[in-house]
Amino acid sequence: MRPLKTLKRLYDETNQVVVTEKGSPPRVIFSGEDFLLEDLPLGTRVVFARSPLQGVPNPKAAIRWALNHPEGMEPLHALLRPGMKVTIALDDISLPLPPMVTPDARQTVLEIVLELLADSGVDDVHLIVATALHRRMTDAEMKRMVGDKIFTAFHPDRYYNHDAEDPDGIVELERTAHGEVVALNRRAAESDLLIYVNINLVPMDGGHKSVGTGLSNYASLRAHHNPKTIRDSESYMEPSTSALHRSTDRIGRVIDQHLKVFHIETVLNNRMFDGPTGFLGKREEDFTEMDRLKFQALRYTLSKLPRVAKRKMMMSIPAPYDIIAVNAGATEACHEKTLEACWRQYSVPVQGQSDIVIWGVPYISPYNVNSILNPLLVQVMGLGYLFNLNRGIPLVKKGGVIILCHPAYDEFDPEHHPSYIEFFNRLLPETRDAMVLEHKYEQEFATNPSYVHLYRKGNAYHGAHPFYMWYWGENGRQHVGKVIVAGAENNHVPELLGWERTDTLAEAIDLARGATGRSASITLVKSAPILQTDVRL
Amino acid sequence: MTAKAAFYDVDGTLVRTNIVHTYAYYAMNRGSLSGIAGRTLAAAAQVPLYAALDLVNRKWFNEYFYRAYAGLSEDRLVVLGQEMLEDVLKPAVFPKAQDLIDEARRAGCRIVFITGALDFTVAPLAELLGADDVIANKMQFVGGIATGKVIPPIIEGANKAHAIRDYCVKHALALDQSFAYSDSFSDYAMLAMVGRPTAVNPDVRLRSIARAYHWPVLDLR
Repeated sequence: MRPLKTLKRLYDETNQVVVTEKGSPPRVIFSGEDFLLEDLPLGTRVVFARSPLQGVPNPKAAIRWALNHPEGMEPLHALLRPGMKVTIALDDISLPLPPMVTPDARQTVLEIVLELLADSGVDDVHLIVATALHRRMTDAEMKRMVGDKIFTAFHPDRYYNHDAEDPDGIVELERTAHGEVVALNRRAAESDLLIYVNINLVPMDGGHKSVGTGLSNYASLRAHHNPKTIRDSESYMEPSTSALHRSTDRIGRVIDQHLKVFHIETVLNNRMFDGPTGFLGKREEDFTEMDRLKFQALRYTLSKLPRVAKRKMMMSIPAPYDIIAVNAGATEACHEKTLEACWRQYSVPVQGQSDIVIWGVPYISPYNVNSILNPLLVQVMGLGYLFNLNRGIPLVKKGGVIILCHPAYDEFDPEHHPSYIEFFNRLLPETRDAMVLEHKYEQEFATNPSYVHLYRKGNAYHGAHPFYMWYWGENGRQHVGKVIVAGAENNHVPELLGWERTDTLAEAIDLARGATGRSASITLVKSAPILQTDVRL
Repeated sequence: MTAKAAFYDVDGTLVRTNIVHTYAYYAMNRGSLSGIAGRTLAAAAQVPLYAALDLVNRKWFNEYFYRAYAGLSEDRLVVLGQEMLEDVLKPAVFPKAQDLIDEARRAGCRIVFITGALDFTVAPLAELLGADDVIANKMQFVGGIATGKVIPPIIEGANKAHAIRDYCVKHALALDQSFAYSDSFSDYAMLAMVGRPTAVNPDVRLRSIARAYHWPVLDLR
């Protein structure tokens, strides 16, 4: 039982940053499909996500209002005329994470938009999942995303996945002033109107990136999905400091010159957990006895299950997200408002950087929904997404240490990630240099007919995708001095990734202090739920 | 760009038929009722023997099996080969086979079929699917009549691997950049020979090997 005065002090704490004191509770930290419960050294700063913002009271009304009051464009109904050709592109299963409870935000938007199109005499409508080089969504996943009624009416002839390797399915527009290839799905490019239905989970998403990447091909993606662009990005989660976004903006502007694009962007809050796992969205200081009981029960259950079953169980828990904003209209004007809403939810002010930053790596990333978080994805989560979730200033100091909590198991999904397997086992033993990998091997993987076939006809990520995952960690790799993976169950995975390993988090902290000094500042970022640190120096 | 090739086994990989189906077609088109009956019944009677030989040694199976062609005329076999394409092979081509070949073509690969079947049965299919070359078994003919013997080396097992290596040397192709596709564990040597092996509609043993060696596994069905 905690002393009353401690409880009082902790409950008075309302901000998102808590400094560990004597009597602070142990922290619940994701470690793949498991959880760690760790006491942290005194003085360790713990950064929490903001509480979920209140969702809009009536999502359908908010969507209708946005369609009728778009930014920088006429209302959607005014753009429609009978007999016109309309394509609706949708974000794929990489958003949101975990997949949200049904109805998905895309379904809610589509139900309204399709009704409006039908009322306006628009019958030539195709729905395209904007997968870019991601894996094709399965029929069951596509059905879940839009609901039975829409799926039955449109699938498979008028509701399908984008195919970036269809030789007849892509058109190239003029290049940007920087020489970047602008390629677009033919059906979308030849439509009278393209409507893009987006889910904005992090500020990297949306805007020009939606159409410019989601409906493009390998030749176009090469312009910005490369190590140099990522190195030149302070953070690709903060568009104003991101060379990646500067490139996608240039590409998107060319598309906007050729095609009328009407964006519908939805912003979700960060209510990733609810019910039995609702405590994961709380600070440990706010845990009730019931929360502690639920955690112990979950941990016990997980400890008794094989990893496959744990993964299945965790993947089957959808997130009860609420829509907190809906914006529509022209690409840039609409997206500006979307970003504001994103930051209201995700941005957490933090004073100063840390020598050592700890992240728990959860079981899911944008690239392994219903699959395995393989070593390359652990890498992209650590040095890519989590490192980049800042507003331009990384939370970890230059040359500092990142500690990732994950078992780093050597497991891959041969159906979703076949090219990752070759990348990891054949290329990484030779070099970890992203520039060399790009120069020597990217093209070979991208054109490998087996990988192209698995991408087009199976449910595999494109042959170039493991390279993108490696590049995605490039600015993190260049910035930090050391990465330690705490709880790694083997030696070879951390070694191939260029990391060190320890059995426990405590050992990892000791090892990190060995590199940064005993007085090193330490921060634990409690993500998920997702948060984006706004570091002030 | 380095010159490279994609080598495809045919039976079970690109089409769902095998050499027994092919022979059955010839047997059924013998030209006379007694001929049809004789060859069909003879083939049917030997099914257990064929199965046993195939299980023990693919080379023995091929050698023994091709004896059944003895006495058939060369021009007849060639004409029937064309007809068989329409009647038997075309409907049996796996739905995604052409896509796979087209993808290899776009990647700059020379397309080569390598099969234990007889050349006159595969040539029309190779033309249909757009192969540049065929490496197949060749029947020996004397005076325009098949002897039932195959001109060595018989294309199967390890010999497929040798044939691929020789082909790459002859055409200045990079073996380590080349692809091979097969459905059967009996083609392990051929798959292991190239730098980019892929299992297609694999049998249990090949699937297991493919997983162990991290080879991609495709399903063209």
